[in-house]
Amino acid sequence: MTTALEVASAVRDPELPVLTLADLGVLRDVSEVDGRVVVTITPTYSGCPAIDEMGADLRRSLLGAGFSEVEVRLSLSPAWTTDWISAEGRSKLSAAGIAPPSRIGPSVAGPVPLNLVPPSRQVACPQCGSPNTSEISRFGSTACKALRRCNACSEPFEHVKEI
Amino acid sequence: MSFDNAYESLLGGEDAHWAFGTGFSEALSGVDREFPAGVDRDALASYCLMLGDDALIFSQRLAEWCSRAPELEEDIALANIALDLLGQARMLLTRAGEVLGKTEDELAYLRDEREFRNVHLAEIDCGPGPGGDFAATIARLLVFSSWRLALFSRLRGSADPVLAAIAEKGLKELAYHRDHAAQWTVRLGDGTDESHRRMQAGLERVWPFVDELFATHPVEARLSGVAVDPASLRSEVDGVLEAVLSAAGLTRPADTKAARVAGMAGRDGVHTEVMGYLLAEMQHLHRSLPGAVW
Repeated sequence: MTTALEVASAVRDPELPVLTLADLGVLRDVSEVDGRVVVTITPTYSGCPAIDEMGADLRRSLLGAGFSEVEVRLSLSPAWTTDWISAEGRSKLSAAGIAPPSRIGPSVAGPVPLNLVPPSRQVACPQCGSPNTSEISRFGSTACKALRRCNACSEPFEHVKEI
Repeated sequence: MSFDNAYESLLGGEDAHWAFGTGFSEALSGVDREFPAGVDRDALASYCLMLGDDALIFSQRLAEWCSRAPELEEDIALANIALDLLGQARMLLTRAGEVLGKTEDELAYLRDEREFRNVHLAEIDCGPGPGGDFAATIARLLVFSSWRLALFSRLRGSADPVLAAIAEKGLKELAYHRDHAAQWTVRLGDGTDESHRRMQAGLERVWPFVDELFATHPVEARLSGVAVDPASLRSEVDGVLEAVLSAAGLTRPADTKAARVAGMAGRDGVHTEVMGYLLAEMQHLHRSLPGAVW
């Protein structure tokens, strides 16, 4: 029998459909109590318009798999970080031509450092693999992506920016 | 239901039009929303309106630039920043609404000007219309995001767990906003004579509204341990602005203060002339066609 966790883990992200919600790290918990399924998800960004669709997709998939009662809960804390994107998720992003985020480690207390120039992260081109790439814009087609270009093969590409 | 790409999901099926932005469920759905013992709930609601209205009204101003910014990437950047702030506003208005018995939509669309609690910096007109300038919008974004980031970094320790969680999440977004504004400030300030002149003029435009950001309001004073005293943010924010202006070769404007009305300003619901026009545009659809969806 398929468990609720397996069903929920297979639901895809509406904006990055190459990833499942589990790959993206927004699926925080799935618990089953007397046939009632409680799924907890966390938004990527405060204004992410896809969060409702994620909840609706989870509900549809679980109801479709035979679970009669499904509740979707939102969790804000701890806040989502791109470090939660799984290793498999990172490979899937690269394969889809989207550069995965670098690892940033846990956030530290105290004042947030100011960056007067874009931080020089080593982001490899997902097309040709060259590390010689530059940022075109920190803000891209969705809240979670920046736009970069490869200085070697000249292809523009998207990058899931670190947060 | 799943789709191979995001556009397919717009084409059919019930509840499939999420990208158009209506029919959202409530912003704090399923979040544990107990009020901490002993907290003054009315003051907490007022405080959430203050921080929520700052984000909502500035978000509306930023969205005005969409399709009118100097370059396509900037249309997208300002719209993304507006979207982050709108998300913060939705959560904060929802939190206020729990005490006030109102939904986030009722608070956003059905309050009148005197009921809004945002600072004047959020509402003033910096363009893209006549008299405005992209550089003035960048100056406002620099001041606003530097101040809000300092505020949210302290609000993470709030005794209200919902405010603390909203701050923890929003802080990361605000760091991107501040960097964006700081990098543009340096690019314009350290650019051509014309860009330098306009960036300096942008700073002069917003500077009279800086003082209000650090004035402690009685609501904040009543919420010790829950709210952040904005007066405590001044030296950190001044330090950040100084670092940016110095790198940009710009001069910090003289500390003038915008006029108050009988000692009152945005936090008391007393707004500048442009606020009514802003609200008319933001609210007219909802008020003309209550409950309208796309």
